[in-house]
Amino acid sequence: MLDSEEYDKTLVVEENLEPTDLEDAVDEPDRVLPAIEFRDVHLSYDDKVILNGISFTVRRGETKLILGRSGGGKSTIIRLILGLLKPDSGQILIDGEDITLLDEQEMMPVRQKIGMVFQEGALFDSLSVYENVAYRLIEQGLDADEIDQEVKRMLHFVDLEDAIDKMPIELSGGMRRRVGIARALIGDPEIVLFDEPTAGLDPPTARTICELAIKLRDLQDVSSIFVTHEMNNVEYLSSEYATVNEEGKVLFEKEGEKLCLINTEVLMLRDGEIIFSGKDEQLHADTDPYIQRFIHGKYP
Amino acid sequence: MNPFTKFLFELQEISLLLWSALTGIFRKPRYLPEMVRQMDIIGVGSLPIVLLTGFFTGGVLILQTFPTLQYYGIHNEAGRSVATSLIRELGPVLTALMVSGRIGSAISAELGSMVVSQQIDAMRALGTDPLRKLVAPRVLALIVMLPLLTVAADIFGIIGGGVSASYIFEQDVRVFLNSVSNGITANDLLGGVVKPVFFGLIIGGIACYKGLSTTGGTVGVGRSTINAVVLSSIWVIIFDFFLAKAIQSVLGVGVI
Repeated sequence: MLDSEEYDKTLVVEENLEPTDLEDAVDEPDRVLPAIEFRDVHLSYDDKVILNGISFTVRRGETKLILGRSGGGKSTIIRLILGLLKPDSGQILIDGEDITLLDEQEMMPVRQKIGMVFQEGALFDSLSVYENVAYRLIEQGLDADEIDQEVKRMLHFVDLEDAIDKMPIELSGGMRRRVGIARALIGDPEIVLFDEPTAGLDPPTARTICELAIKLRDLQDVSSIFVTHEMNNVEYLSSEYATVNEEGKVLFEKEGEKLCLINTEVLMLRDGEIIFSGKDEQLHADTDPYIQRFIHGKYP
Repeated sequence: MNPFTKFLFELQEISLLLWSALTGIFRKPRYLPEMVRQMDIIGVGSLPIVLLTGFFTGGVLILQTFPTLQYYGIHNEAGRSVATSLIRELGPVLTALMVSGRIGSAISAELGSMVVSQQIDAMRALGTDPLRKLVAPRVLALIVMLPLLTVAADIFGIIGGGVSASYIFEQDVRVFLNSVSNGITANDLLGGVVKPVFFGLIIGGIACYKGLSTTGGTVGVGRSTINAVVLSSIWVIIFDFFLAKAIQSVLGVGVI
């Protein structure tokens, strides 16, 4: 796990938000548009219903935690956002643009705005860590020096500078996941999708991944979807926030009297339908037996 | 899905895959270095097995046909017999079968592994079209390298036939070479080079389709690889018949 001093090294000056920035943000008409919007989305494979009338929005700078059992349609939502799957009916909007009917070529510019962290990292086996992280920028034909600078910045962000020349096979599970995050974040995407990024990781490494997601949300104003079935992740992401102190250090604090998190919501799926949408406090207070069993780790 | 419907569905999918991949090569970014790398793997990498196959096929052709030709007193035409067999049929088909086994399996296994480990999804998520990045360079490399490998196999087959005729049946090398040069025509050579272009398309299309449609984890990768090799080998042999007939009609090759 990274301590705050190590985070200090990863900071860039422009991440520090001033009050004037927030006022400007309110004036921006683009901020009114949700980053992601699902409108009554249905999807079935043969006779099996995967998603049944899913509607939700992810506002700018918001993190939406999607909870649910394996096979409940969580990862399918992410694949729909990326255009890797097409819905049977309904609409999916990214930055206000309807992507439902876009073909593979038309989806390419949309995907440039989105960073994706896969469950197992999904690193390219034949490429080194450097080449994996640089992949998007190399494809865009950027200057070699610029790519070099960006790759080093992102590997610094995930604290993996020493692994720059290694091959994916030489990395541990947690390191692979962090390289995957660096690859997803390069090019500063406006939206980041996490598909069970902590699955199979030890608790400290899982905590590190959650802290990276919190930093993205609070310091870089990134909209994200975090798919998980682990309540620990929900606890971290919906009750802690990142701030920068006067010395430029990143601190993680619990919400409370000083600040109440309004940019994180939980969405719970069951058999392709949303059975809960709201704050984590509301989730814990919900009396639905299914939700209660899930919260207490007794998978229904 | 019944077998005939499945066949039509797969034919449609392979055609669409090849169309999308090959029409995409005119748009940027272009993956020329990847194509050169694939040409090296497919062409240079397959050269030893293709040359060996050609050499011993030519040799065994002479071994089997020379006594018969000698019986009819036309053993001086042994070179013609081996050259026409190799250039028209055996060279293209055997080379395609060897490449199908070596490269078709490798392409299918590589793409299949990338599918099951979500690398293809990651590639698409990062804004790259896998058809242009992975399929087009492999298919184009096969289309370019297979005719060249076939020519190499033909040459080594004739050398193998010459060595066999000379050392086993003690035929003068000049008689053998004269027979070869008298036996083959420009249309034979053209027909022998046109076939591998289509075979490259068949092997590349089937191997890439089977790889990209892999499901079921590592077991699925094995299944895709087997299917890719078996299907592409069968289709090379089936398509060879129709190509031979078409070449006969258009170029007049093999028509007396």
